Amino acid sequence: MKKTVGFVCAMAVAGMMSAPAYCDVIKVGVIGTMSGPYALFGQNFKYGIEAWVAEHGNKVGDHEIEFVYRDEESPNPAKSKALAQELIVKDKVQYLAGFYFTPDAMAAAPLLEESKTPMVVMNAATSAIVEKSPYIVRTSFTMFQNTVPAAKVAKARGAKKVAIAVSDYGPGVDAETAFKKTFEADGGTIAEAIRMPLSTTDFGPIMQRIKDSGADMIFTFLPSGPPTLGFVKAYIDNGLKAAGVALISTGDVVTEPDLPNIGDSGIGILSTYHYSVSHDSAENKAFIADLIKAGDKPGDITMTAVAAYDGARLIYAMVEATGGQRDPDKAIAAVKGMAWVSPRGPVSIDPETRHITQNVYLREVAKQDGKFFNKELQTFASQPDWGLRK
Amino acid sequence: MMNTVLSIGLDAVSYGMVLFTISIGLSIMMGLMRVVNLAHGAFAMIGGYFASYAIKQLGLNYPFAIVVAVLGTIVISAPLEMLLYRRIYRGAGELTQLLLTIGVTFVIIGLANYVFGPTTKSIPVPAMLSGPFDLGFRMIPTHRLFVVACGLTTALALWLLIERTDFGVRLRAAVDNGDMAEALGIRTQVIYSMTFAIAVGLGAFGGVVGAELMPIEPSYALRYMVTFLVVVSVGGAGSIPGALAASLLLGLADTTGKYLAPEFGEFFFYLAVIVIVFLFPNGLLGRAQ
Repeated sequence: MKKTVGFVCAMAVAGMMSAPAYCDVIKVGVIGTMSGPYALFGQNFKYGIEAWVAEHGNKVGDHEIEFVYRDEESPNPAKSKALAQELIVKDKVQYLAGFYFTPDAMAAAPLLEESKTPMVVMNAATSAIVEKSPYIVRTSFTMFQNTVPAAKVAKARGAKKVAIAVSDYGPGVDAETAFKKTFEADGGTIAEAIRMPLSTTDFGPIMQRIKDSGADMIFTFLPSGPPTLGFVKAYIDNGLKAAGVALISTGDVVTEPDLPNIGDSGIGILSTYHYSVSHDSAENKAFIADLIKAGDKPGDITMTAVAAYDGARLIYAMVEATGGQRDPDKAIAAVKGMAWVSPRGPVSIDPETRHITQNVYLREVAKQDGKFFNKELQTFASQPDWGLRK
Repeated sequence: MMNTVLSIGLDAVSYGMVLFTISIGLSIMMGLMRVVNLAHGAFAMIGGYFASYAIKQLGLNYPFAIVVAVLGTIVISAPLEMLLYRRIYRGAGELTQLLLTIGVTFVIIGLANYVFGPTTKSIPVPAMLSGPFDLGFRMIPTHRLFVVACGLTTALALWLLIERTDFGVRLRAAVDNGDMAEALGIRTQVIYSMTFAIAVGLGAFGGVVGAELMPIEPSYALRYMVTFLVVVSVGGAGSIPGALAASLLLGLADTTGKYLAPEFGEFFFYLAVIVIVFLFPNGLLGRAQ
């Protein structure tokens, strides 16, 4: 009897020890805006990841990768932290990913070191996020990255006095600082810098103020969503466009799903951004086709899809480098300096900042065959995050 | 300087009239029916979706789409009225009303998200109403002038309806003393149902014509609800001139604040609310309860 028990125990221990050699499941927790006003962007996280999985299978070596999605509909640091904690403790995820809003990404950062969980930020665009933990990498963009080229374009197009109008929160302030610094360094003048409350619906008074300042160009940033539409309409309907005041923005204001709503009057609006759905490359065509197969609609594709797609690539690379073990240092080391051709163009992970280095494109809203798109006019190659590179 | 003052005044009036057009339905609901209807924004949103669908998918013209939106929203809300709202008119406690109407709102948001998706749905305005209109000293969106006209017409029509028609007499009787009105042969249930339909229809109308400022998307139902409630409580529930005065005053506070000190955000708007409610606890022209 005793012998039997001993034998069973030995078998059990042997079984436990050999378990990792079997096909195991590595979970990745994705926190994104799956419902609510920003649902489009969270759903694009999902489609982007699914497009990657469809192309590369759900296995890395012997390890099966499972993505677990959690919904966070608005900027809510407390909820973000609770969700991340739950994913780490209860679902035992080895990687965290997603994060549409900066405060949400910031809230999850303190958990990473102790739980040894690398995190891939797929949108949140404030520069400082990657400094909050050595285990954070980012595949999206930062305000500085997209704004510095905008200021260069303003100068090149002969703007002398620029009015800045940004949403009054972290990324908006980043955009203002980046534009101001770059444009003034090039010898331009800032006529007016307006910070608009996030809840603004009536942009009429703001337009009037810009007009009174005598600016010949407007630079703006608002987070993608209903207010961007109101801003562009106010710009057109208050006669600023007709008066020859140009508008340049980061691409957030003219995301592809919003273009049909802005309509014909939006044609000619300039923006600088890291990804256009219409980007002309074989990689992008294949990517778009896979997104649509995953369930995305052609008119609903946003920049979060490409960030998630590239984020999934990083996670696969980290799993491969660590052999499926929980080893964040090795995982992060493996993706530092990694370079590949993304649907958005050639990109790499800056080994110092762990942020993605990528091309930024100057685009113009255009219409072809009845469809609106952002036509790429000029490429600013290999832009780092200018906010971290001092 | 003169130019600036005129400019601010103009923006204030046009923004105020947008607020008025959307909020007046809620004011009627709260003042006459005594229902704190948190689903008012949801009904305005349904109107917006109807108009967007009618113009973009069915190819109707703008005025006709507005009619479709108003009637469509009333038809959709009718079963809600019969099954739910009828139970909470007047008699029910405020908490019951809040819980019921917020529940209705969440259901409508979920359905809108499921059926139409999370993106903004535009309501294309005809060429005649789009683009800038030159007033000589400045440009103003043509559509704003249209909204101002809509607001004034609505105010006048409502005032005539409530003060000058037989229906208005019956409505006021039913509101002031329901039991007595019923004893005198007024069918209060019918009166209430009709008033509900009017309130919902006004919400839908406001949702459509105000969509240039408040774009239609699923979270519309809650996003702007606070603003609508503020207009009603500042104006005094049920008072048409009150709602008009409140809309213009709040529009002025908001526009002036945004023009002169945008970094203060909504500060001036809410400061105005606090001051007015402090001086007039029942709203500018509300009746003491």
